[in-house]
Parts: sequence; C-alpha cells; structure tokens
Amino acid sequence: MYQYDSYDQAMVDARVAEFRDQVERRLAGDITEDQFKPLRLKNGLYLQLHAYMLRVAVPYGTLNSTQMRMLGDIADKYDRGYGHFTTRQNIQYNWIKLSDAPDILADLASVEMHAIQTSGNCIRNTTSDQFAGAAADELVDPRPYAELLRQWSTFHPEFDYLPRKFKIAMIGSETDRAAMKLHDIGIQLVRNDAGEIGCKFYVGGGMGRTPMIAPVIGDFVPPLQMISYLEACLRVYNRYGRRDNKYKARIKILVHEIGADEYRRQVEEEFAHILTLNLEPPPAELERIKGFFEQPGFEAGLSDDLDLSDPDFALWVDQNTHAHKQAGYTIVTISLKPAGGIPGDATADQIRLMADLAKEHSFDELRVTHAQNIVLPHVKKADLYALWQKLDEAGLATANLDLISDIIACPGLDYCALANARSIPVAQKISARFADLGRQRELGELKLKISGCINACGHHHAGHIGILGVDRKGVENYQLLLGGSEGADTSLASITGPGFSEDGIVDAVEKATDVYLAQRADGERFVDTFRRIGMAPFKEAIYAKEPVNG
Amino acid sequence: MKIITGNDLRTGDVIWWTGEGWSRHVNDAVEAGDHADAIIARENAKQIVTDTHVVDAEQTADGVRPAHIKERVRALGPTVRLDLSLKPADPDAGNWVI
Ligand code: HEM
Ligand code: SF4
Repeated sequence: MYQYDSYDQAMVDARVAEFRDQVERRLAGDITEDQFKPLRLKNGLYLQLHAYMLRVAVPYGTLNSTQMRMLGDIADKYDRGYGHFTTRQNIQYNWIKLSDAPDILADLASVEMHAIQTSGNCIRNTTSDQFAGAAADELVDPRPYAELLRQWSTFHPEFDYLPRKFKIAMIGSETDRAAMKLHDIGIQLVRNDAGEIGCKFYVGGGMGRTPMIAPVIGDFVPPLQMISYLEACLRVYNRYGRRDNKYKARIKILVHEIGADEYRRQVEEEFAHILTLNLEPPPAELERIKGFFEQPGFEAGLSDDLDLSDPDFALWVDQNTHAHKQAGYTIVTISLKPAGGIPGDATADQIRLMADLAKEHSFDELRVTHAQNIVLPHVKKADLYALWQKLDEAGLATANLDLISDIIACPGLDYCALANARSIPVAQKISARFADLGRQRELGELKLKISGCINACGHHHAGHIGILGVDRKGVENYQLLLGGSEGADTSLASITGPGFSEDGIVDAVEKATDVYLAQRADGERFVDTFRRIGMAPFKEAIYAKEPVNG
Repeated sequence: MKIITGNDLRTGDVIWWTGEGWSRHVNDAVEAGDHADAIIARENAKQIVTDTHVVDAEQTADGVRPAHIKERVRALGPTVRLDLSLKPADPDAGNWVI
C-alpha cells in the first residue's frame, strides 16, 4: 500500500483548504460560475443530471480497509447511501451538495485520498491489474512502478494542460487484466532474455468516438528510465497534439496521423535529450517505494484443499476466485452485478462490510476492477467458506464473474449529462433475462459492455458483445456490436447493423448467443466463434423477419 | 411551451422557474414566454442558481412535461432508482419519462 509522506499530506491538505475558500467565495457570489467551474473540475466535482457528482481517485485501484470504510461513510453522510464503482477503478457519488464538497475532500484527505486530476486535460489516475501483487501469473508487481508514476504525474506542471485527457495503465503479468492497449499509454513490465526487467510501451490506444489499439512504441525501457520515456512520449504529444479540434485531440489521433514509426522517432529523439539531463529517480527511491508493497505476512506451507460439498459455494469458488502466487491463498472477486442490479453500485453498508472483510481476511487490502467489481486479493483458503457466507448474506456472492451478466455499464442517461440513452436499464434487463446461472455458465466467458453514448465510458468497443446507446430523433436506440475484446487478444467490435429499441436489444443479444451455442466448436468462447465464422450468421439471425403466424 | 430550468447552486438540486422563484417540482414550471433570456440573466446575477437553460415542454393533463427525455429524467430522477425520485412512494412515478 502506498503511504503519503509529509509532502503528500501537506499538498493534499493545502488543496482542501484552497477549495474550501473557493467554494465559500462561489456561494457568497464573489466569483461567477464561469470562473468557478474550472476550479471545481480540478477537484473532481462535476455537475451532472441531478446534482453535483464527485469522482474520487483510487490510485491504481488499490484501497485499504480504512479508506474503503471512509468511502462507505461518505456515501451515508453526504450522499444517498450508495456509490458507483467505475471502469476507471474509481468511485463516483451522484448526489453531492456543493456546500459539502470541502468537508468530503477533508474526510478523504484524512485517509490519504483525494479527487485531484479526476477531470480535465491532465494525466488521470493510473489504472492497473486488480490482481497486482497476488496473481500466480505475475512477473513483476506493477504497483511500485504505478506509484512512481503517480508521484511523477501528480501536479506535474508541464502536463497539466495537455491537448486532451490522458490515461495510463500499468501491468506486470502476461495476462492483461487492465485493457492496457486501449489506453493513451499502456506499460507492461516484461523480462528480456538476460532476465532483466523492462517496460514495454504501447502508445495511442483509446476508445471514444475513434477507437484504436495502441501500437508498441518502446520495446524495452529500463525501469529507472520509465519516467523519462513517459516524459518524452508526453512532450511529443503536448507539442503536436491537435488542440484545434476536441475530437482529434487525443494522442491516438496524433500517433495514427503521423504513424507509429515517426512518432517513435520523435520520442526517441526527445528521450535521448532527456537522458542527458539526469532526471531519473535515484534507485534508492524506487527501493523505498517497493518497501510499501512488501508481501504481506503469508503463512507458509498451507494446503490448497477446499471443502466444496456446498454446491453454491463450489460454483462461486469456480467462477469468482483466481490462482494466488502463495500456496493456501486465493484471490476473491466480489461481483457488484446481482441479477437485475445496477452494475458497479454498492450501498454504504456493503462498502463497509467489504472493508471489514478485507481487514479480517485479506491483509487489509481491496482493489477496484475496471469491470466494476471489488477484489480481496489475499484470502486464506481455510477462511474462504466463512467469507463466502458473509458475502452471501449481504447479497454480494453472485457467482457470475466474466459471465454474460457481469456487465460493464456506464451511468448513461439515468445520471450522465452527455448521454444519448440509458445504459443501466438495458443491463438490468439482460441480467434478468439470463439470470439462470446454469444458462450463463453454459455460455461461458462472455463480456458484455454498454455505453450510453459515443464517449465509450462503458468500453462497448471492447465487448465480446457491445451495446451503444444513440439518440434517434429524441428516442433511445441501441446499436449492437460484436467481436470486441481487451487483454492479450484486444480487438475492436463491429456494428451488426440497424439499431434496436430497449426490449429489441435484449432479444438481439439473446439471438446472438443462440447462434454461438449452435455453431461453437469445442472449447470456443463466444468471441472465438465470432472470429471464426464472422458476422454474417449473426446478422442473419438477429435481423431475420419473424414468421407471420397464420 | 418554453420553461426554464437550472440547478440550485448550493445543493445541485434540479429546479424549475415558477414565475416567482424556483421549485423542485416540474409541475410548478410556468411558460417563460418571450422573457426567458431576461429572467435567466436576472436569476444568474443573484448567484443562487447555475446551468440555467430553456427547455421545450408541454402542458398535459398530468402536468408540465419536458419534451426531451433527458429533461424528463432530470425532472424525475434516475429511472432506475424511483425510490430517490420526488414521489418515492409511487411505483408509477416514472411512467411519463420514457
Ligand atoms: C457521468 C459523468 C461522465 C462524463 C461527463 C464522462 C465523459 C467522458 C468523455 C467526454 C469521454 C470521451 C473522451 C475522449 O475520447 O476524448 C469519456 C471517456 C471515458 N470515460 Fe467517461 N464520463 C463520465 C463517467 C464515466 C464513468 C462512470 C466511467 C466508468 C464507468 C467512465 C470511464 C471512461 C472511459 C473508460 C472512457 C473511454 C476511454 C478513453 O477513450 O479514454 N466515465 N468520458
Ligand atoms: S459513455 Fe456517454 S453516457 Fe456513458 S458515462 Fe460516458 S459520457 Fe456518459
């Protein structure tokens, strides 16, 4: 877990005091909305459909139980008893009063959290692998590097006014669980033939209205030069990124327009220059940071055996736990996607319960996943049944991880001012239609992702099945996309054809799954079958005219 | 009809211009006529309301209903959390939104 030093705490506290003063002046009418809006956005405070919305940064998705408990308390004290965990591994509150915002930020600062750089054209909160430090397949723990990145990017004056927002993902294992190639920059820690660790840089990915998969720009950058290389990547972007057109301002457009080779050439040139300035962090600093992320005190020699005689427990273990690097331990993912529920929402009580369970069973650690679930990274297998029973009692034991009802959905028109259509009701109807767990397991891994507009906060381009809400003459309409994926096999989904009504899209999804079930070969996931047989059979089934009954 | 809406600066609540002041209930909204710009300018200057804008609406038998779904969602609250809408006990509260 990262720890604030006295500088961090002083900066964050000063920021709270500054914002308190700004809010007071705004409420007194001393500054106008035009003057105030950029100041509140700098502190993560948006105005959405129903009230102010506060977006809180969760550094690389990592929380301790004290922080998690505070998130629950804030939901109770200042909001309406719930919060929304997002694809950016953050949490958003939907019903914030401006007059309360400074107190909320002060409460967050008291547990080493803030809402800085969660809006605006700056480097946003870095995202990472939710299994960091725990996964059996991990090569290097990415968190110390993500922390270095956090310290570098926080209040970095040169990159506070980029052409557009900037999102970095950082991973340290073979399996990409962070959609790395769909970020402005994805950094993967890899090992070369000599056994040394290096950073592989993917630059220029993204979703939104022009989805792109990031090409490799840097093959193997030594870890201590990671920051300098990032500096170079951002400088080239800051210099040449399109500031004239908001829709072409992301780095993906620059890399695409000048080409990966030319972009790489410019980055290398800048990088060579930066290296002459000796700006690399001292090795001792990286070592100091690594000290924050020491392995917790695992017990050695534990057995991996589990009593799976309770069938519901066995299903949940099969679906929602992952292999841990330490024998006798496992990684638990708590699904925030109950059948018919709102993806990513959790009540204050649920949030506090998860905090307590982390304290009791997971060495005080929790993670937020980009799929809007919560992870307890280090659970002793001997405790697993007791843990599951407590989760079950609180409605948190849905055994649907990576199944069709484990839907990513953005807030859509129910909350978001930019939306064209509602996302949540579509997610609810699909998860209700496929509520039967046996049926879901029969369909296997199926990632369904819904966005309420082209901004793609719900990652619809990367869904095995994606749904995009559009506005058709003032009426909500939904486009269906198939064949997207994130991770090692990242691909962008294609639109099937004309859109559907809210109920129509649920039927269309079901027809697509029917095609898969009829056509799949052994061991194929939905997306594999789609890749093999192509769009045509799906299109045919989805748009077939209903037979007219005599 | 044209009605005026905004958000309460302090609380963020969605509010509607009633001819005399602001209400949280869309049914209290009144036709702004040709004066919308003047009303908005005057109210903005008081620094108690933000994001003021004019929206198309219709006077129906059930009350004032904004023309666009986005404004209807604003008027009611999230359609997926009717317990948080202005008429929390009414299961049909959302019927007019969609
Ligand atoms: C409700 C307030 C929100 C607003 C106003 C908003 C706005 C936007 C905009 C304008 C973009 C497109 C940016 C561009 O391509 O230049 C975007 C992208 C994105 N947002 Fe949101 N968003 C909101 C909520 C969320 C939530 C709740 C999540 C997570 C569930 C989220 C995650 C993302 C992601 C993952 C992307 C696309 C990735 C990318 O291209 O960088 N946003 N958002
Ligand atoms: S995708 Fe569109 S509707 Fe959904 S949260 Fe993002 S901006 Fe809002």
